[in-house]
Amino acid sequence: MIELSNLTKRFSAAGRPAVDSVFLKVQRGEFLVLLGASGSGKTTTLKMINRLIEPTSGEIRINGQSTSTGDPVALRRSIGYVFQEVGLFPHLSVRENAGLPLRLVGTHPPEADQRVDELLARVDLDPEEYGDRRPQELSGGQRQRVGVARALAASPSVVLMDEPFGAVDPITRAGLQTEIKTLHHDLQLTIVMVTHDLFEALLLADRIGVMTNGKLVALGTPHELLTGDLHPDARALLSAPREQIDRLSHLLTPPADSHE
Amino acid sequence: MNSQLSAQLQLLPEYLSAHIVLSLLALALGIVICVPLGAFITRLPRVQWLTLSIAGILQTVPGIALLALMVPLLGMIGFIPALLALTLYSFLPILRNSVTGITEVDDALIEAATGIGMTDWQVLTKVQLPLALPMIVAGIRTAAVWVVGTATLATPVGAVSLGNFIFAGLQTQNVTAILVGCLAAAILAIVIDMSIRAIEVALTRRRVALSISGLAGIGLLALAALWQPLTASVANSDAESDRPVVIGAKTFSEQYILAELLAQRLEAAGRSTSVRSGMGSIILFDALANSDVDCYVDYTGTIWANAMQRRGIAPRRAVYDTMVAWLDSAYGIHTLGPLGFENTYALAVRRETAEQYNLQTIEDLTAVAGELTIGSDYEFYDRPEWQRLQSTYNLEMGDRRTFDPTLMYQAVATGDVDVITAYSTDGRIIAFDLVVLEDTRQAFPPYDAVLLLSPDASADNRLIAVLKNLIDAVNATRMREANKAVDIDQIAIDSVAHVLSEQLRGKGG
Repeated sequence: MIELSNLTKRFSAAGRPAVDSVFLKVQRGEFLVLLGASGSGKTTTLKMINRLIEPTSGEIRINGQSTSTGDPVALRRSIGYVFQEVGLFPHLSVRENAGLPLRLVGTHPPEADQRVDELLARVDLDPEEYGDRRPQELSGGQRQRVGVARALAASPSVVLMDEPFGAVDPITRAGLQTEIKTLHHDLQLTIVMVTHDLFEALLLADRIGVMTNGKLVALGTPHELLTGDLHPDARALLSAPREQIDRLSHLLTPPADSHE
Repeated sequence: MNSQLSAQLQLLPEYLSAHIVLSLLALALGIVICVPLGAFITRLPRVQWLTLSIAGILQTVPGIALLALMVPLLGMIGFIPALLALTLYSFLPILRNSVTGITEVDDALIEAATGIGMTDWQVLTKVQLPLALPMIVAGIRTAAVWVVGTATLATPVGAVSLGNFIFAGLQTQNVTAILVGCLAAAILAIVIDMSIRAIEVALTRRRVALSISGLAGIGLLALAALWQPLTASVANSDAESDRPVVIGAKTFSEQYILAELLAQRLEAAGRSTSVRSGMGSIILFDALANSDVDCYVDYTGTIWANAMQRRGIAPRRAVYDTMVAWLDSAYGIHTLGPLGFENTYALAVRRETAEQYNLQTIEDLTAVAGELTIGSDYEFYDRPEWQRLQSTYNLEMGDRRTFDPTLMYQAVATGDVDVITAYSTDGRIIAFDLVVLEDTRQAFPPYDAVLLLSPDASADNRLIAVLKNLIDAVNATRMREANKAVDIDQIAIDSVAHVLSEQLRGKGG
């Protein structure tokens, strides 16, 4: 469904590319997570999909259509996007923020409001209570719920998410992750999400792509990545949490054993 | 004091309404031009720097200079050049705040706006402009206060404003007039500022009542401003469709009195008039040449030195004749004739000094000069007149001192000095009972008051018939008395002009 071929981005002529010859196919209805440390090129890759950043070379196809030929504004309107900094507009109410993509494509306002209220309810925000508030009056977690509702407003089949839960506390994050997983399933969305959080990737992803230094160094299901033969960089990224799990399980074993 | 205040307040509707129209229109033009321009140049970083620099340079030009500059640039006086200058003056705060407000919107919000599929135009109008609104409004409010204040300087270029109070008040030492002008301008600035603020708050918080009150404030101002011209135009359409005769006046009492005198005579003959007082000397002359002003009183020595650029001195008659011919051939300006007095430098002494030494002319002074002290203003001893005075009369004064012009008369009255260089029609000559010594050998250049008509007015026979009665009708004593009545006795200019007019009629008839 989404097909990246030989995708490369250089921000300057000298130095290594930010994204280096990436090949990737995302299937319809798949939840694909790009995992990597900061500076690995995962966000740049994501932003090239809806042309917030234009590739230096290579190609992106969605449903077989090259994205570089059409109007970038039309492309962006057909794709949902959840931003790392949420990006809600402080001069608009929650309802207006979430309904913006609908307004942009000319949906009749009452219809748009009705759709937005449904979506707000879906992301666990009571539209009666929160619809007329300003984003500043919400908590970080509530704001990102509005961000998710906005991304889904125009009923896109593809949703891009850029570290959507980075600014949210761990408990709220767990709740949001579960909801996203449900939404993905219920609405049959194709989601590409970027994160540096391995647990998040393992929890949500159908497949994980691991990126380091602009290269896609590993691609597979969580099970394949945890058990398979890996590129050294990918193994390094995955080993740290594995060691933590080992230590945790060690703490959980009965103390009687340690006496011997 | 009370009658003075009511005399000034009678002028308030005309001056205030003109001031409001001028300020609001300049501000509206500033907004209409600079907010879109500001938005546009945020898309063109290179042009942005250049545009802001130009606006910044415009702002460093002093308000009065910018106003004066518009007159030769546009070749006209009055409302249009004043409006243009004030509009330019409003540019910098509105432009700078628009650019700053728009560019300072958080990059993350711009990316989000773009990312959900807004076009560049939508990013600008739906995100950047609303978020920049408080900043833009702050710029507009700054511009409003500047424009209302600077509009008081529109008087010297011939546009009516609250500055008419201030310029007239400064020249005639009428504190009431100055205070009325300043207070009215200050209150107007505050009202406009608060109305704009109310509209802004209403827009951002979506409060209907507030926005109505803000709009009502501006609307009331506009209505108040238009009331005067509306009623005036209704009255005018009844009377006659003629354009009023425009009479100019420079920035001192004698000019105000004479302009009012001309106006009263013309009004009595059934003509409508409009007096543009407090105009700069050169601007007034150019306005006459362009027929923007129909008539005013100038002085032969002034035309000789400024307009004709002549150096040196010539006999009184020769200066007059040369000037008349030159004005006609160079500009088509018609010299109706001399009014009958000179406003020139003159030496004045106390009456007791004159009697003690038997002084009537400057020649009489030569013999006793060594015993006497002369006082003058800051610039006189550096002027050619002083050299010529000394050489013509072989004058060697015992001592000389320098004073502020206003203190000079007191200094001679109290005996600090014995002789001063006065202006020959200054009312203080009478107030301090001074004797003017006759300049028999013409050491001072001639400054005969002459009545000048614009090229257009030169063909207006009705006008000429009314005004020619004033030729050779006003002597220096009459003018001095009229000046004293305004400057010292603080009598309103129109009543002084009325008294003078009646005196002249009595003499004529």
